[in-house]
Amino acid sequence: MKLLVESVAILAPGLTGWADGRAILAGEKTYEASPLAPPVADLLPAVERRRTGSMVKLALAVGHQALASAGRPVDSVATVFVSSGGDGDVINDICATLAGSDRQVSPTRFHNSVHNAPSGYWGIATHSHHPSTSLCGYDWSFAIGLMEAAAQVQVDRQEVLLIAYDAPYPEPIGGVRRVVEPFGAALLFTRDRSDRTMAELEVKMDARPQEISRMNDVALERLRNGNPCARALPLLAALAGAQRKQVTLERDAGQTLSVCVRTF
Amino acid sequence: MQPLFLNHSAVASSAGIGLDSTVDALAEMRSGLAPCGFETVALDTFVGQIADSLLVPVRDDLIEFDCRNNRIAQLCLRQDGFEQAVAGAREKYGAARIGVFMGTSTSGILETELAYRRRDASGALPMDFRYGTTHNTYSVAWFVQTYFGLTGPSMAISTACSSSAKAFGSASRMIAAGLCDAAVIGGVDSLCLTTLYGFGSLGLLSPVGCRPFDADRDGISIGEGAGMVLLEKTAHGGSADSIALLGVGESSDAYHMSTPHPEGLGARMAMEQALMSAGLQPSGVDYINLHGTGTRSNDATEDKAVCAVFGNDTPCSSTKGWTGHTLGACGAIDAIICALAIERGFMPGSVNTRAVEPAFGLRYLLDNRNQAPAIAMSNAFGFGGTNCSLLIGRVQA
Repeated sequence: MKLLVESVAILAPGLTGWADGRAILAGEKTYEASPLAPPVADLLPAVERRRTGSMVKLALAVGHQALASAGRPVDSVATVFVSSGGDGDVINDICATLAGSDRQVSPTRFHNSVHNAPSGYWGIATHSHHPSTSLCGYDWSFAIGLMEAAAQVQVDRQEVLLIAYDAPYPEPIGGVRRVVEPFGAALLFTRDRSDRTMAELEVKMDARPQEISRMNDVALERLRNGNPCARALPLLAALAGAQRKQVTLERDAGQTLSVCVRTF
Repeated sequence: MQPLFLNHSAVASSAGIGLDSTVDALAEMRSGLAPCGFETVALDTFVGQIADSLLVPVRDDLIEFDCRNNRIAQLCLRQDGFEQAVAGAREKYGAARIGVFMGTSTSGILETELAYRRRDASGALPMDFRYGTTHNTYSVAWFVQTYFGLTGPSMAISTACSSSAKAFGSASRMIAAGLCDAAVIGGVDSLCLTTLYGFGSLGLLSPVGCRPFDADRDGISIGEGAGMVLLEKTAHGGSADSIALLGVGESSDAYHMSTPHPEGLGARMAMEQALMSAGLQPSGVDYINLHGTGTRSNDATEDKAVCAVFGNDTPCSSTKGWTGHTLGACGAIDAIICALAIERGFMPGSVNTRAVEPAFGLRYLLDNRNQAPAIAMSNAFGFGGTNCSLLIGRVQA
């Protein structure tokens, strides 16, 4: 499947925006894993913003960044949200409440507990009626989100924004599901070339599992390995570079996905 | 879109285990709902619960996946010759050419709810608790994929109550894009405290069993269950006509997290998109299986949306009175009910509903009809303003 990339956004420790992130991922600047400041979801009306946690804000902020840098209206694209498990803070709060004697779950917490909460808030924030889906693929979530977005571009849509995000879980659930740092990435895919097209991707499922791509930088590799959506990093690094590159991502069932990246 | 064939399906819900028993329950107007006695839940509501005795542990080699949600998935896979059908497809296409697309809302969260009661003095979860293969949203897709030894693309679609309707959308795109030749599509959700107490906190649980589209409707009844479909590019067995997925429509309300758009805007767009994708006019649809949850707002807005697209003449009903609202599973279960209606020649009415809200304009069926729809629509809408409509119909193979 071939698809074009019009913009990229990234929000992670030491990677706050594509301008800076691109230089780091291209090896032009040194990576320093400084903590990520809480993302601001300024797309959302204040009253809704107060109801959202940091994960929803991360997803909305990185998605907004990608559309802003492409100069596209926020209500103009279909969206694919992907996360390896949703909002740990909300799940932890609800499970703790339900394990107590008073099982009064907050209504806002409850509607924020759905896996598609970021997608719902995205709709409220952007007024977009375009289709939006929310996927989960555990440790292989990014590759699965990429396949869905690519199939959408290929089959029935002009522009699809892929938003991948994962954040650490609080204890005690964090003790059984380790995500090291927050990470969000967004890629705007199109079928037709525009002035802003920055790269072409060719995505294919490998017939046999191939060796997966890793990051050379130790700290970036730790991030890639420690956050399922950060498995996007080798692809983002290829998009940051000038050469044609092949990237291999692990997908479900022990299989791999190869992405041939040609930047313009 | 190119029609894709629903060559095999299986279902398990409180209304019936297997296709035949589901059809019997529909024909006999026998609801699967009963007063809630689930776990330690103390709520004045009805649920559609599958008897615990039917929920046997998952296959030995998959025991790490064992949880109520995957037990329901397994119960469904073992009905109606479905397991054999997937094995046959694996033989025909190869394991790498079959995708798995599972819709679920809460997956196996019950495991985590129970584990939180067993936290130790330091607050840590018990050592025997497994998160990834039970609670994680992907668990059921992972389980089904592993159950059949498939290696095509697999994903969990989790968009609340539209999850497994949207699974048909993802599967049909991946087939069209050439990533797989066939798809195991399903919806699975199971009773848990999160949804029972959560919907309770929103004041959306009916104390008497849901009565979709009734003037006195007072909320949902949560159900559990699974529906599975083997979707293929070609019809099986060389039959003269077969049942196929004809169209999929998806949209977003962009309005509110837990309340549908008051004019049913997103719902209308999803239905219109589905018609467009099937190349059909509204008059080509013979029956609509409504989302019809039984809340004041869902049914009122769905009425507006259906009337705006179809006028007042298309027979419609909600089957939630039989199954309860199976949340992420309802898209698949309702699509299978549509296929059964077409295949076996009936239109379901509405169990529990006594008098249709007089202000509504759509043509709501209270009683079953012995009339075969050729083309049926299935609606599924969810929290976050997510909407999906499917068109299913008989086509010449």
